[in-house]
Amino acid sequence: MYIYDKYDQTMVDERVAQYRDQTNRFLAGELPADEFQQLRLRNGLYVQRLAPMLRITVPYGMLSSLQIRKLAHITRHYDRGYAHFSTRQNVQLNWPILEEVPDLLAELAEVEMHAIQSSGNCIRNTTSDQYAGVARDEIEDSRPWAELIRQWSTFHPEFNWLPRKFKIAVTGAKEDRAAVQVHDIGVRIIEQDGQLGFQILAGGGLGRTPVLGAVIKDFLDQKHLLTYIEAVLRVYNRYGRRDNKYKARIKILVRAMTPEVFAEHVDTEWQTIKNGPGTLTEAEILRAKSFFSRPDYKQLDEECSALDQQITDNFAFKTWVGRNVKPHQQSGYVIVNLAIKATAVAPGDVSDEQLDTIADLADKYSFGEIRVTHEQNATFADVAKNELFALWKELCESDLASPNLGLLTDIICCPGGDYCSLANAKSIPVAEAIQKEFDDLDYLHDLGDLDINISGCMNACGHHHVGNIGILGVDKKGEEFYQVSIGGSAYSDAALAKILGPSFAQAQIPNVVRKLVTLYLDQRQEGEQFVDTYNRIGIKPFKETVYA
Amino acid sequence: MPAIIKNQAIVESDYQWVDGEIDLSTNNLLLPLTTYIAHQDKLSARKDVGIWLEAGENIEDAEAFVSKLPIVALNFPAFGDGRAYSSANILRRKFGFEGELRAIGDVRRDQLEQMVRCGFDSFQMADGQNLEKSLAGLNSFTYNYQGSIDRPEPLFQNR
Repeated sequence: MYIYDKYDQTMVDERVAQYRDQTNRFLAGELPADEFQQLRLRNGLYVQRLAPMLRITVPYGMLSSLQIRKLAHITRHYDRGYAHFSTRQNVQLNWPILEEVPDLLAELAEVEMHAIQSSGNCIRNTTSDQYAGVARDEIEDSRPWAELIRQWSTFHPEFNWLPRKFKIAVTGAKEDRAAVQVHDIGVRIIEQDGQLGFQILAGGGLGRTPVLGAVIKDFLDQKHLLTYIEAVLRVYNRYGRRDNKYKARIKILVRAMTPEVFAEHVDTEWQTIKNGPGTLTEAEILRAKSFFSRPDYKQLDEECSALDQQITDNFAFKTWVGRNVKPHQQSGYVIVNLAIKATAVAPGDVSDEQLDTIADLADKYSFGEIRVTHEQNATFADVAKNELFALWKELCESDLASPNLGLLTDIICCPGGDYCSLANAKSIPVAEAIQKEFDDLDYLHDLGDLDINISGCMNACGHHHVGNIGILGVDKKGEEFYQVSIGGSAYSDAALAKILGPSFAQAQIPNVVRKLVTLYLDQRQEGEQFVDTYNRIGIKPFKETVYA
Repeated sequence: MPAIIKNQAIVESDYQWVDGEIDLSTNNLLLPLTTYIAHQDKLSARKDVGIWLEAGENIEDAEAFVSKLPIVALNFPAFGDGRAYSSANILRRKFGFEGELRAIGDVRRDQLEQMVRCGFDSFQMADGQNLEKSLAGLNSFTYNYQGSIDRPEPLFQNR
């Protein structure tokens, strides 16, 4: 993974010093609250319903065991013993104390971590594919490019006060696991006539007005990545709306101009900087790639008879392997997913002890690294097949072996009204009620891949628009209700879910989900997942069964 | 004239920021872009008149004559409105403007370094800002990743 040099480390250390000074000035009454708010947001600190929330940046989801242990320590020392994996591959703390945040950040800086630009109207953490570098369907590893974008966007002097937040995602595989179509800029690594380059999308996003991004550049030479993105940002910074925060995202500008005209504006601006000093050099591209070289794999056969025997002998293990383990580029290795979705625990929440365990297991089984996924799970990217059974047994001891990856109970969920001051409604109890309703594992496996996404408000942090079943908390005359939509997808076949109809009370939701999946089971044809059946029969039968 | 920050020091402003009616024969004026354009025939020979632009005004509208001006000012209607950073970039990089570039309006200490990097070299601070203490806001970071107006080469060119 990426390792800091003196430049990276100095920048992060100086930001801690700057932020400490800003905090001190605020506490001394020298910095007005409205101004400090904008400065602390740019360092990840929200003031929430019950306490501040600190969002710690995890570039494209990658963490070392050293960093995970530091996070475990921080949750114990500065928080209440747990952390939360977010839908943008970041880590959030729910109970830090404002006065202690500078010390907390200084500890993070010791392990090359920070909270820079994890909130505010600026360029946020660049996200990527959690299987980058190991996925079988990969064209090229996306992480070096995500790292180059991270560096370019960090403290960019021109783009720190945008009309609204700005999110960039990169994918280098055929299957899009980074949801690039619902980002402000989506970068797809593609191959054309034997040349690798990028297809650039702009104007995707969720929130109040969900929209899929449009392709604004069919093929971009790799060395031009940063200058082209700069041109997009400049057009947006100049012409994006600032009069209404609900119309300020780039998607509104792209739609108002039309993607074609927007692309022309970008191209005109790009021509003035193309081949300029911001053009990536071959040396810099190689430098970035050098941090993501393949680990020191053992030479193993792809076939592993011991593993086959363990799968035959142990049904629970077989179930877990079937759901949570994915094929790997390297023979004899697999990708292992830890579903952080135990029932009665908020989706994505991990305790300090679990963090320490994850760090230990990463060292023991996966070259000391993990990835945080946008489904709020964790991934061990490089596990040898002949050690898989031993890993599973250790995961079981720490409640980290839920065999529900991608199943209905692997719910993607924002913190909601229990923590967030923006939320209209709670989301965690809804997730828990659904998990309790569906506790029959055989039934869940029979249902197959089914994404449920829950957001506590229009800001859509739970990405409800792209859930196969999306649930949105709404406020009706001071009471919490939930609007249900179906048919969304966050992957290569990305689609926005359609609203079923009038909203429901919280207690009704498990039964609504039950009716939806029952209809699917009645109607499905051979090989169809929930979303396939929906695409074939349409929304009407689902409406009829739910409102009957 | 108010005190301003210029070239890392506190000095008295040498230009009067005009927002409204003014006798154009007055010396040392910063005029609205539209006023300047309306009276360009009389003003273009003057060496003591500059322009200022509102955040939403197109810097391109000044392209034809800006190189002859001693000073351009860009207004920040609110410190969170970042449009003028891009105007500054275009003015310096694309139009090659070499005169003084002043930030006016809601200019605060914690944005000064970003402004310098985008090409501003003088600052009329917002009401209530302590100029002495604001000088500290000019230099918080030793290195930067990306190129900017004050240093066009990105870090990777010399890494």
